[in-house]
Amino acid sequence: MELDPILLARLQFAATICFHFIFPPITIGLAWLLVILETGSWKTGKEVYARAAAFFARLLALTFTLGVATGITMEFQFGTNWAEYSKFVGDIFGAPLAAEAVLAFFLESAFLGLYLFGRGRISAAAQCFSAFMVALGSTLSAFWILVANSWQQTPSGYVLQNGRAELTSFWEAVTSPSMLPRFFHSFTAAVITGAFFMAGVSAWLLIKNSKNEKARLTVTLALIVGFIAAAAELFPFGHWHAVQVAEHQPAKLASFEGLMEGQTRAPLLLFGIPVGDKIIGEVRAPGLLSLLVGGSLDTHVPGRNDFPPEDLPQLFLPFTAFHLMVGLGTFFIALTGWGVLQLWRRKLFEQRWFLYCLVLAAPLPVFTNQLGWIAAEVGRQPWIVYGVLRTSDAISRTVPGAHILFSLIMFTALYTLLLVAYLWFLARMVQKEAALFPAKEGD
Amino acid sequence: MDLNTSWYILIGVLFGGYAVLDGFDLGAGILSLFSRDEKERSTCMSAIAPVWDGNEVWLLAGGGALFAAFPKVYAAVFSGFYLALMLVLYALILRAVSMEFSAHVHSPAAKKIWGIVFGASSLIVALLLGVAFANIMRGLPISAEGDYTGGFFGLLNPTGLIGGVVGIAFFTMHGAAYMSMKTDGALQQRMLGHGKKMAVASAVVFVLLLVMLGLQAKHLFSGGLFYWLAILVMAGGFVLSIRSASGQKSGLFFIGSALVILAYIASVAVGLYPNMALSSLDPAWSLTAYNASSTPRTLQAMLIIALVGMPVVLAYTVVIYRVFRGKASDSYYSEN
Repeated sequence: MELDPILLARLQFAATICFHFIFPPITIGLAWLLVILETGSWKTGKEVYARAAAFFARLLALTFTLGVATGITMEFQFGTNWAEYSKFVGDIFGAPLAAEAVLAFFLESAFLGLYLFGRGRISAAAQCFSAFMVALGSTLSAFWILVANSWQQTPSGYVLQNGRAELTSFWEAVTSPSMLPRFFHSFTAAVITGAFFMAGVSAWLLIKNSKNEKARLTVTLALIVGFIAAAAELFPFGHWHAVQVAEHQPAKLASFEGLMEGQTRAPLLLFGIPVGDKIIGEVRAPGLLSLLVGGSLDTHVPGRNDFPPEDLPQLFLPFTAFHLMVGLGTFFIALTGWGVLQLWRRKLFEQRWFLYCLVLAAPLPVFTNQLGWIAAEVGRQPWIVYGVLRTSDAISRTVPGAHILFSLIMFTALYTLLLVAYLWFLARMVQKEAALFPAKEGD
Repeated sequence: MDLNTSWYILIGVLFGGYAVLDGFDLGAGILSLFSRDEKERSTCMSAIAPVWDGNEVWLLAGGGALFAAFPKVYAAVFSGFYLALMLVLYALILRAVSMEFSAHVHSPAAKKIWGIVFGASSLIVALLLGVAFANIMRGLPISAEGDYTGGFFGLLNPTGLIGGVVGIAFFTMHGAAYMSMKTDGALQQRMLGHGKKMAVASAVVFVLLLVMLGLQAKHLFSGGLFYWLAILVMAGGFVLSIRSASGQKSGLFFIGSALVILAYIASVAVGLYPNMALSSLDPAWSLTAYNASSTPRTLQAMLIIALVGMPVVLAYTVVIYRVFRGKASDSYYSEN
């Protein structure tokens, strides 16, 4: 059997990054929500804040552990599987990874230990401060990892020399053109993810007992934060990111949109099904794409046919992932918007059908994050560094396909076990919490 | 001192920090395999609960810094040690989740299974890191293109295997020292007893390793005076460990075992300098702090990050360790 090491290495990277990427957005979003709860506890001294925070802190701990455990894989994997890439970009790409460890990982892990295990040893103010440091640390780590990844998307601040990319300006490499829009886009997605997680869990507790005071508090908090974040994700952050992709990665935008011929007055796709290299059954809004990405109907948007086929990503995955992501993002605004409206009308806690919706919707942002990631990364192909280094030239020369197959099978088995265990323990903790507030007769 | 040498030292400091910090919690994991009951096992976990994750970040920081400062070394060693590092990864992953999961299960059988996973994964990490480190001392079959060509079984030479035993022995000794600070009564006595035995065993296997190095890796001794000075510090660390373990002085025991580990890493750094991946095929093909490094611009930017960042990290790490000083409880999440 012929084992293709490039395909296997890509599959392994995709599998391990997708699995890892389930967890950090939850912890980042949840950590900021916990900062709000802990601040409430510290400033008002009300018991309900402290107890709500203590419960969600335990869910955070479980989720965080999975994120940490699967995150080590990512840093090792550049060296183990992508040695040629590592040599080529080490002068630039290594620095943000090291900065992430020094400026972010230490912060979040040290203060998470203090936050989780310090109850009783430290004051309420220190408790609140440590929650803040955890949130800050996890956000900074997202920042540095997006600095690194954005450089792959839109490399800057370097020169090709001595057979590798060499740094010319640290500042320019850090602030590559896609970095800021991608950071805000991803960070906001993390807040939505944490908010839906908290809303879903709280909704379940309210279904069990609508008088549960803690759950009333947390569902309120989660819906308000979730609504603001979901709206901000569409505009300005999603829009900003799309404009940046149009400017710097036109082949990617053309693939997202399924636009074949470059044109002015380019239409925005509303519906379509990708089949092979074509979109069928398409419904397009005339001129809207030009208007959105360039601010004018006269903006010329290149199509896929404007690029040599060997420089294009496949159509199906970026196209499908992008549109599902946008659709789900829009749905999140509607869902949280309805929730906020019901809160305002004081009907939310008894509206059982909607509470069930919140429970079912809890994992959707995690799914949406994956879609966004797939759109961004598959859309960058065939490049590992956009326009500079091809993915096929980046793998380790010394690692045989059989070894990668072995490690891929091991990762798949191990991660399946972890996912089952994670969901199992999560469900058990929520059930245990629900059991603390049994519904009374007649409720 | 130039930038390349500064980074050579800083990489040593980061991996040294990892070995001294995660070393004791790996050791606590290994010792948990010898627990008499679930309560003792749980004490081993709760003693490291607030700090193990921060300790492990030193490995990530070391790996990231190696990638940034010496990408060719990072690429050659990480891809070269592929299967060994994958095993380290699986063990680190299982170890991280086993502590959390065992706090969430209640049946004795499930607790026991996750407890054994915790202990066994700690042992595997200590063994494999020890093997890898000894191979780096010994020299690696690095080709003219800068690739490692030895395969997985190339790592399992006598020096590498003894290095693996050294890794287990050092970390178990260090873990016993830490656990003796975090426990009292009969358990503390047992930890001191384990610790003393492990300190003696560590000294013995290290002498064995030194003999192997004399046969297979004489280049280390070219570090001259500084190399032997590091070995002398190790000897002092062993004596301090054994005496203070016998004399019931946990704090001194911990200092002694930390000295052993730090001096061990220092001896290798001094012995190899300026080589990082010494080629056993042709010394001219070795990857050094000079021919495998990033550009001065990158090294400088990183140095600023390290010099600003690390003192802050050290400051809050010390504060947090102080918050958790005192004896460990026998339950992972104490409010349970």
